[in-house]
Amino acid sequence: MKRAILLGAGLFLVLAFCLGPYVWLLITSLRPPAEVAADPAALPAALSLESFRAVFSERPFFRIVGNSLLVAILSTALCLAAATAAAFALARLPVPGNRAVLALLLSVSMLPPVASVGPVYLAASALGLRDTAAALVMPYAALSLPLATWILHGFFRDLPADLHRAAKVDGCTPLQALRKVLLPPVAPGIAAAAILTFIFSWNEFLFALSLTSTDRSRTVPVEIALFAGVHEVPWGEIAAASVVATLPILLVVAALDRFLVRGLLAGSGKG
Amino acid sequence: MSRARFLESERRVGFLCLAPALLAVAAFSLAPLAIVLWLSLRRHMPVFGISRFVGLDNYAYLVSDPRFLSSLGNTAYVVLASVALELVLGLLVALLLDRSFSGRRIARAAVLVPWAFPTVVAASAWGFLLSPGFGVVNRVLGIDANWLGDPWLAIHAVILADVWKSTPLAALLLLAGLQVIPRDLGRAALVDGAGAAARFFRVTLPLLRPTILVVVLFRSLDAFRIFDVVYVLTGGGPANTTESVSLYAYRLYFQTLQFGTGSAVSIASCLVMAAWSAVMVGLLSTSRRGA
Repeated sequence: MKRAILLGAGLFLVLAFCLGPYVWLLITSLRPPAEVAADPAALPAALSLESFRAVFSERPFFRIVGNSLLVAILSTALCLAAATAAAFALARLPVPGNRAVLALLLSVSMLPPVASVGPVYLAASALGLRDTAAALVMPYAALSLPLATWILHGFFRDLPADLHRAAKVDGCTPLQALRKVLLPPVAPGIAAAAILTFIFSWNEFLFALSLTSTDRSRTVPVEIALFAGVHEVPWGEIAAASVVATLPILLVVAALDRFLVRGLLAGSGKG
Repeated sequence: MSRARFLESERRVGFLCLAPALLAVAAFSLAPLAIVLWLSLRRHMPVFGISRFVGLDNYAYLVSDPRFLSSLGNTAYVVLASVALELVLGLLVALLLDRSFSGRRIARAAVLVPWAFPTVVAASAWGFLLSPGFGVVNRVLGIDANWLGDPWLAIHAVILADVWKSTPLAALLLLAGLQVIPRDLGRAALVDGAGAAARFFRVTLPLLRPTILVVVLFRSLDAFRIFDVVYVLTGGGPANTTESVSLYAYRLYFQTLQFGTGSAVSIASCLVMAAWSAVMVGLLSTSRRGA
């Protein structure tokens, strides 16, 4: 009995710490902006959608959310296509030096992004790609690639060897074997890698800040960071925009948390 | 088809499958690294059309640049404090989630929420909670602290936001480590009369050592790159007392447009991270061999 109370109290504390700041953001987004400005720490006296209206009608937020969705979805698709092919080759085909390639991927994933943002910016400028979605899609796909390949390699490696052998005996070419026989059982790995890539691309800030300059390609995190004006901080609007920014993530975590957990564990070499 | 020719065709398909990934890594990781290295030996300011070789001048400048040294110190302090706190808090959360109770999966997903959210949102939320005067934290504590304006408080606000954002990942990895420890070991210790504390410190913690090292390696490398939290929460202020190495490099690139010096800062941070990983990987391999 005492243990159950302790467990309950501990859980309550943990959840309050993890979710409290977010719940407060949610409450703030639903208060009239004037009230928030007058007293940011008060409980709402009245509910209002004014902050959401302001975000979407006084700022190009629809466009910004669209940019973010486009960039995140395209980079996830691109990354997963390349990572699946690479992981299949590394785990199931006689590629010489496959261990060296895996080690290279692991070391590359540890490089700080600030080391590549300068050259990528110079290249994007030279190619006239600054402030376009493409300038974000390609680096995002490439930066997520090592982790996605690493996760998928684990899934391909753990398939029974007979599966691939049987497909070959049945006359499948390597690509047919991948598509028809090996891909269905690694679907959870693909889901795990896709979720992580999507979350990375949706949240990424440094490249988005450096490579975008207008609402033509600006993404949600950059827009929120730029909300704060010189004289006053529109907390109501920041809260509303943050709620919108976290909605896709909340949906993904709620619906696919099992795959997310598997991906995170596989990514740390414990899969 | 002969066996040799079959193997040959498999190898060819393998190269084709690997090509896009290798190309991407070459274009977006290896080539930029080489370019940064090259730029770090030059004075390179594209807007003014300046680009000339200066040897190690940029590095010589950094060694005595108080702003670089302070950004290195700030970053090291944040890494140390954040990783230590995340390890302790993450372990507590992991021990809690390791118990069986109904709704455990939901609790685990809820704990992951701060990790999955954009760092910009996390930093904004804490900026709001810590706002000076009548912010929520001041209200709850009944004080009037200038969280983001006082140098000592500001760096700890950065650490708080980083810990909030990253403890979930540490907890999840530690939980996975806990779950592979055979339950029988704890039970055997219990039969031998070991108390809860003895079981934790003598049985659980030593067996968890490899996982702890992995968490420390991953989190410290990640914390060393800290950029978003600092940019949004304090902007590196007050008076650059919270500026991180990444933020300083970013500002050299995009505010003072000194790509040469910025590249030297990037290379320096790569070197620090490489040396640190080498130490950690060494520790990890001895601990795995010992286990």
